[in-house]
Amino acid sequence: MNPSGLPPLASLPGPQIRAVHDELHGDLLELSMGPHHPSTHGVFRMVVTLDGETVVKLKPVFGYLHRNHEKIAEGASYLGSMPYTDRLDYLCSMTNNWSYALAVERLAGQAVSERAEYVRVILAELTRLLNHTCLAGFLLQDGGASGTPLMYAFREREKILDLFESLSGSRMMCNYQRFGGCRADPSPAWLDSARALVDGYGRFLDEYEALLTGNEILMARTQGIGRLSPQLAVSAGVTGPMLRAAGVGYDIRKVDGYGFYPRFTFRVPIGADGDTYDRYMVRILEMRESIGILRQALRDIPAGPILDPKAKQRGLRPKAGEVYSRIEGPKGEIGFFLISDGGPNPYRYRVRPPSLINLTILEDMCLGQSIADSVVILGSVDIVLGEVDR
Amino acid sequence: METTEQIRERILASLPGAQVSLVTNPGLAAQHSLLLGAAHALQAALLLRDDAALRLDFCSNVTGVDWPEREVSEADPTAPGGKVKRVVPGFLEVVYHLYSVALGHGPLVVRMRTANRSDQVTLPSLTPVWRSCEFQEREVFDLFGVVFAGHPDLRRILMWDEFKDHPMRKDYVEPDDFEWEPTPHGDVLERARRHYPAPARPAKEPAP
Repeated sequence: MNPSGLPPLASLPGPQIRAVHDELHGDLLELSMGPHHPSTHGVFRMVVTLDGETVVKLKPVFGYLHRNHEKIAEGASYLGSMPYTDRLDYLCSMTNNWSYALAVERLAGQAVSERAEYVRVILAELTRLLNHTCLAGFLLQDGGASGTPLMYAFREREKILDLFESLSGSRMMCNYQRFGGCRADPSPAWLDSARALVDGYGRFLDEYEALLTGNEILMARTQGIGRLSPQLAVSAGVTGPMLRAAGVGYDIRKVDGYGFYPRFTFRVPIGADGDTYDRYMVRILEMRESIGILRQALRDIPAGPILDPKAKQRGLRPKAGEVYSRIEGPKGEIGFFLISDGGPNPYRYRVRPPSLINLTILEDMCLGQSIADSVVILGSVDIVLGEVDR
Repeated sequence: METTEQIRERILASLPGAQVSLVTNPGLAAQHSLLLGAAHALQAALLLRDDAALRLDFCSNVTGVDWPEREVSEADPTAPGGKVKRVVPGFLEVVYHLYSVALGHGPLVVRMRTANRSDQVTLPSLTPVWRSCEFQEREVFDLFGVVFAGHPDLRRILMWDEFKDHPMRKDYVEPDDFEWEPTPHGDVLERARRHYPAPARPAKEPAP
């Protein structure tokens, strides 16, 4: 089966644990965690093989939420898929919308108005704030801090969702981006409430960090747990905060410079050890940078049209060709690959799901760790099953 | 990054005899791609990853495309009517989008094609080169039916193991797993009538 004579996968980098099982050490236990398990963040299943409490093998099982999003989108018009992208990563519908709109704009050659570019950056960074806040809450929940951190996170998330609701009409399923701009223009009052939220967010983060960052239990549960080497992270296509926590400073906002990101000053925090604590800390630091971007964007946002009324939405028929386009979503690289044959619906529509691809190295991170730690490691990967299974 | 044509020449310089051709993208994005022959695809992929000027160490996206058999009509002055019809055989295509984290460039689009859509659907797996292909090639196997030789764990990933067909193919037909529910809509009633054909009417009983 190996035509090239290359080494098989077992010799790739990554820990290899050989379990001893004889009369003295006993048998291995195969445990099926999920799909109905509170720690798996949805209908995700891990088939874990345990030697005592140590994980010696872990196979993820997907597909419980599969509805073949790509096939549905290939039967719909270009605009008709926009609300469906909300349902991929349902915490971050604004960035999903943006990534899809950007792909279609590149395919059809549509220009975006300047005000819309600013609004997109504002909404993407607000989405990053709410995603990372929730992730920190869920991670602590997985570690056993039942309730309190998650409720603090949800309190702040609700303030951002209020902003989304007043702008788009929906808290989570925003369906807000259009090809060439955005659907509704934010009013001056909306921008003022966004400024007020951004000004208060730093104080919330200070409070949150005072509770968590130096917390002894959090440190004991996460430091040195689930290490990921930078070489394996790059080879396995890990993106987003997980890649940066492994010590690779790769941020698509900087590398590709899509939208108006080159206009803003921000830093890319990276981790030193690649463990679960770094993945928590990188997200906290990213939120602080997002606050900086939001301040700049809300200060500089120009007046003007949000969407050219002549920009074609319905009945869009891009010229035949293909495009792969990606943005830095809160969970990693969310990309869309579209092939047009000149018809009203895409010939091929593909979502590059960061949640699924970040799970490639779940087994490598969990091998040799205890079963309780594998729950925390999975929490730090930050998955949403709507996107993993599509 | 070098142009796709330069990268093609770079591969041919190191791997003489490899089949590498340029596939132009007529669209506005102009992301041209390299079509690799299956025989040398693994060596070419290793070269793309390890070459000092390219270092495409990050395989971002792997996906399949189904191209069923189609008929094209071409101008031919000798034929009656001035046109002749030609059948283009169908094939399955796997598309890889490569980036370089080390050098910050990309994407390079790489494609491989199967010989047909039925019995010659095996292509070399690139998972030994880029680990990120592991789940994505499983997905292409599951939804398109491309068999990846050398993949460490080639199983269905989204559909269940007992599932037979490949749903992302263009000629996939949904199974008739329809259940009747009471509804006044005409098209649903029509579908119900087709699904449960009326039993043959019994012959009239003879009069006693």
